[in-house]
Amino acid sequence: MKKYDAIVIGAGHNGLTNGAYLAKAGLDVLVVERNAYIGGATVSRELHKDWIYSNCSYVCSLLRPEIARDLELPRHGLQVVPYGGSATLMKNGDHFGYYYDHERLHREMARFSQRDANAYERYLADVMKQTRLIRPYLMRRPPDPTSLKLRDLKDLVEFAGSFTALGEEGLADTLKFWTMSVGDFLEQYFETDVIKAHLAGSGIIGTALGVYSPGTAYVLLHHYMGDVDGNVGAWGFARGGMGAVSSALAKSYQSYGGEILCDADVDRILVRNGRAVGVALDNGDEYHAPVVVSNLDPKRTFLDVMDATDLPPDVVKKARNFKIRGSSGKLNIALDGLPTFRGVEKGGPLATGEMHLSDSLEVLERAYDDWKDGTWSKEPYVDMLIPSQIDPTMAPPGKHMMTVFVQYAPPKIKGREWTDEDKAGFERTVIDQIASYSPDFKDLILHCETRTPRELEAEVGLTEGNIFQGELTFDQLLFNRPFPGYAQYRGPVKGMYMCGSGTHPGGGVMSAPGANAAREILQDLKKDNTVPEGYADD
Amino acid sequence: MSRKQGDTMMLETPFHSRVALANELNLWEAWSGYTTPSAYFDVELEYFAVRSAAGVFDLSPMNKYRITGPDAGAFLNRLVTRDVGKIGVDRVGYTVWCDNAGQVMDDGTIFHLAENDYRLCAYARAMDWLSWSALGFDVSVVDESAEVAALAVQGPTSCSCLQSMGLDGLETLKPFGIAHFDFEGEDLMVSRTGFTGDLGYEVWIAPNKAETLWDKLFEAGKPYMIKPFGSQALELTRIETGFLQAGVDFVPAQETIRPGRSRSPFELGLGWLVDLNKPVFNGRQALIREQQIGSRYHFVILDVDGNKPAHNSFLFKGQQQVGTVTSAAWCPTAKSNVAFAQIETACGDIGDQLVAEIYYEKELHWTRVLAPCKVIDGAVFNPARRRMTPAVAY
Repeated sequence: MKKYDAIVIGAGHNGLTNGAYLAKAGLDVLVVERNAYIGGATVSRELHKDWIYSNCSYVCSLLRPEIARDLELPRHGLQVVPYGGSATLMKNGDHFGYYYDHERLHREMARFSQRDANAYERYLADVMKQTRLIRPYLMRRPPDPTSLKLRDLKDLVEFAGSFTALGEEGLADTLKFWTMSVGDFLEQYFETDVIKAHLAGSGIIGTALGVYSPGTAYVLLHHYMGDVDGNVGAWGFARGGMGAVSSALAKSYQSYGGEILCDADVDRILVRNGRAVGVALDNGDEYHAPVVVSNLDPKRTFLDVMDATDLPPDVVKKARNFKIRGSSGKLNIALDGLPTFRGVEKGGPLATGEMHLSDSLEVLERAYDDWKDGTWSKEPYVDMLIPSQIDPTMAPPGKHMMTVFVQYAPPKIKGREWTDEDKAGFERTVIDQIASYSPDFKDLILHCETRTPRELEAEVGLTEGNIFQGELTFDQLLFNRPFPGYAQYRGPVKGMYMCGSGTHPGGGVMSAPGANAAREILQDLKKDNTVPEGYADD
Repeated sequence: MSRKQGDTMMLETPFHSRVALANELNLWEAWSGYTTPSAYFDVELEYFAVRSAAGVFDLSPMNKYRITGPDAGAFLNRLVTRDVGKIGVDRVGYTVWCDNAGQVMDDGTIFHLAENDYRLCAYARAMDWLSWSALGFDVSVVDESAEVAALAVQGPTSCSCLQSMGLDGLETLKPFGIAHFDFEGEDLMVSRTGFTGDLGYEVWIAPNKAETLWDKLFEAGKPYMIKPFGSQALELTRIETGFLQAGVDFVPAQETIRPGRSRSPFELGLGWLVDLNKPVFNGRQALIREQQIGSRYHFVILDVDGNKPAHNSFLFKGQQQVGTVTSAAWCPTAKSNVAFAQIETACGDIGDQLVAEIYYEKELHWTRVLAPCKVIDGAVFNPARRRMTPAVAY
C-alpha cells in the first residue's frame, strides 16, 4: 500500500486547508473523509431538486483573507458576496431594523432611544478595540505561557505588550470582556430591549450558554473579528452556498497534488512505538504516513479514533472534560416564493440579511432555560436568512432557499436520545414561530430539512452537534484550546497533530486552525513554511 | 422595489426645498444623517460671497441639546472645561469637553437661553455621554436637533441683510450675544456667532417657518449680494480663521479605537478654554497631571512656502519627522498657504522653521515638494469688524 507523507482525517474546511499547505510544501498528502462528499460542515447540498442548501454553516466572514488569496480560492471558484441589513421582528408588531448604512441605523435606533443610538458608537468603538487585540493572533499559534523556548518567550512578550499598551482601563475592559456575559456587556451601553436582543444573538450562537452566562461576550467578539474585504465585522454569502468554500479549497489542494478519499471512515489512528504511523479505516484498509492530522473535534480525536492506551492519562481526562455541548439545530427550507414578513419591506434592505424573532434578553434567557431543562426552546432564537435574494444559484428564478439556524436544542431530550417525534416537534415549533410573523410562510414550504444535534453529530461528525468543535469560552481559548500543553497543534503522540476548530483560534469557517497547524507541522519536518503571515491590522 | 416618499437613507433639512432649488451644481454630501450641499454654484465664488458680501449656510443638521432644570448650570460646569458661570443669559460660549482621561470628546458652543436653560451645540452626537454625566443632577437633557432649524449668515454685509429683513437694532448685538425677534409670530433667535471668523450671525427658528425665513432672507439680502454657500467654501473660511474641525483636526475621544490617538485641550491649542480654578469638572485631574508632566503634542498653525496646500503632509525638522498636517488650504483673502498640524512638543514655538513634504499631481505627473514652513502666531484672517459693536456697515 502506498505510503504518504501526511494523512489528514476529515475533509472539512480546516482539513483541506491543512492538506493544501502541506501539499504546497511538496508533501504527499491524503485527506480521508467519512462522508461520500467533502466539506464537513461547510457544504452545499441539493436535497430538494434544483435547490441548494448551505445545510450547516450558512454565512461567511471569518474565512481568513490571507488564506483565500494565498490558496487562490477565487480562481478555484469562491466568491463571497456581502449582505447588508438585518432585523428583529417584535411581538408588538413593530420591528428593529439593523440597517447597513450607519446614519440610517442611527435614525432607527433613535426611534427607540436617542441615547442608545449614540451609545452604539461607543459600543462599536469598544468592540473594535477588542477585535484589534485578537485579530493579530488569528494566523499564529497561541503563545505557550509555560514554555521557556525562545520562540514562545518572544510570542509571550509580544502578547503581553499588546495588552499593556491598552493602559489600565483598557486592560480592565479587556479582562471583563473576555469573561463577562453578553447581556451584562450590552447593558453597559443600551437601555432598549430589542436593541440588546438583536445584538446579543451573536453572543450565544453555537454556544450552550445563555445571554446572562459569563463568557458569552467573547462569543460576540468571535462573530465580529472577521471581515469581508477589510470591512471588519461584515458578513457575506459564499456564492453557491458554503460548499463553494470547501470546493475551492479542495481544488487548490488538488492543484498541489493532494489526494482525497471519500467514504473512508477512520476507525483509529495507528500508533507504533509511541508515534503515529497512519490510519485504519472501518473497512480494514490501512494508510500509512509519519504525520497524521486530525480535523476531528478533541473528543472524537482522543476518545474515539485514538486508543486510550496510546495516550497519556491526563489527555484522556482532559478530552473527557472538554466542553463541547450541543446547543443548536437547523432548518433548511425550499420556498415556492419570497415570504412576507410582517412590517418588513419585501425584498427591502432589512430582508436580505439575518432576521430574528427574539425581542428581549428575557426571551433569550428563557429559551436557554428550556435547554437546561433538557428540551428545545419553546420560543427559540432563530437566525434566518434567504440567500437566494442575493445569490441566483441557490434556487430557481422566483423561488427561494431559506436557512434557519435555531437555538436552543439540547444534545439529549430529558437525558435520552432524540427521537423522530422529537425532531418533528422541534420542526413544528420553529415553523409555527416563523409563521406567526409571516402569514404566507407555511404555504410556500416545498421541502424542509431539519437537523437536530442528533443529525449534526451523526451526519457531520460534530460531537453533540456543537458547531464550534468546543465551546468558545475563555477556559477553552488560546493556550487552553483544546487543552493546556497541547494548544500548538501537536498531539501527545509524536507525528500526531490537530487542525480542527477545536484548536486556536476556534470555530467558524475561518481556516486559520488548519493553516496554523500546517505551519507547525512543516517546522517539525524542517520544511520551508508555505503558510502566509496574517495581514497587519493598523 | 417601491420606496415611500421621504423614506430615504438621508434626511432633508427644513430648508431643503430652497436649498435644492439654489443648488445649481446638484452636488451633495452627507452630514450627520442629512443631505447637505457640498457647493451650490462654485466653491471659490461662494467663498468670496462670504468674504466680501454675505453667505448663507444651512447648519440645521448640527447636533443640538437642550439642557434645562435647576442644576443645568452646575451640570454644564461639571461637563465642560471652562467656567459656565461666566456665560451670562443671552450669551454664547465656545468650549470643549473631556472624558475622565482629559481627552477632548468634542468642541461646541453653549447658548445660555434663560435662567436654567441652555442649548449645547456639538459636532458629534453626545446623548450617551450627556446622559451619563447628568446622573445626580436635577436636569433634563433633550436632543432638539430636528426641532430647531438654523442658518449661518456670515460676512461683511450679513448685518445689513438681516436688518433689511426687519431685525431692527441688530447692529448693537455684541459678539457671542443673543437677541430675539418676532418673525411672523414665531420667535427668531439670532446669535452673533459663526464658523467663518468674520462679522456674522446664526439664526434659529422653528422648522415650520424655515422656508419662509430662507425666502425673506434672500429677498432682503439681494441688494447686499447674499449667496448660499456649501461645506467646501466653509472649509476654506474656517481654516483661514484658525478654527478646528472635530473629526478632522482631532478625533473625538470616544470614537478612537487605537491607544493614544485622542488629544487633550492643551494638545489642540485650546488650553485657554481650560479653567483649572474650577474645583470639579470632567478630566480635571488628568489635565492637572498633564500640566505637570507635559503634553505629548502641540497644535500649530503653519505658514507654508509656495502655493501648494500641504494636504496630509509629514513635517520634518532637519531629518527628523516631527508631525503631520491635519488641515490645509490656500487662503484666498489672506493670500497665504496655511496648514494646521500636530507636532511633537519639543518643537513648534512661534517662529520655528519646519519642512512640509507635499505631494501634488498635475496631469498624472506627481511632484514632491519640500516646502519650508513657519509656525505663526494665530490665524491669518482676523478682521477688526468681527469684534466691533455696533457692527459697522461694510
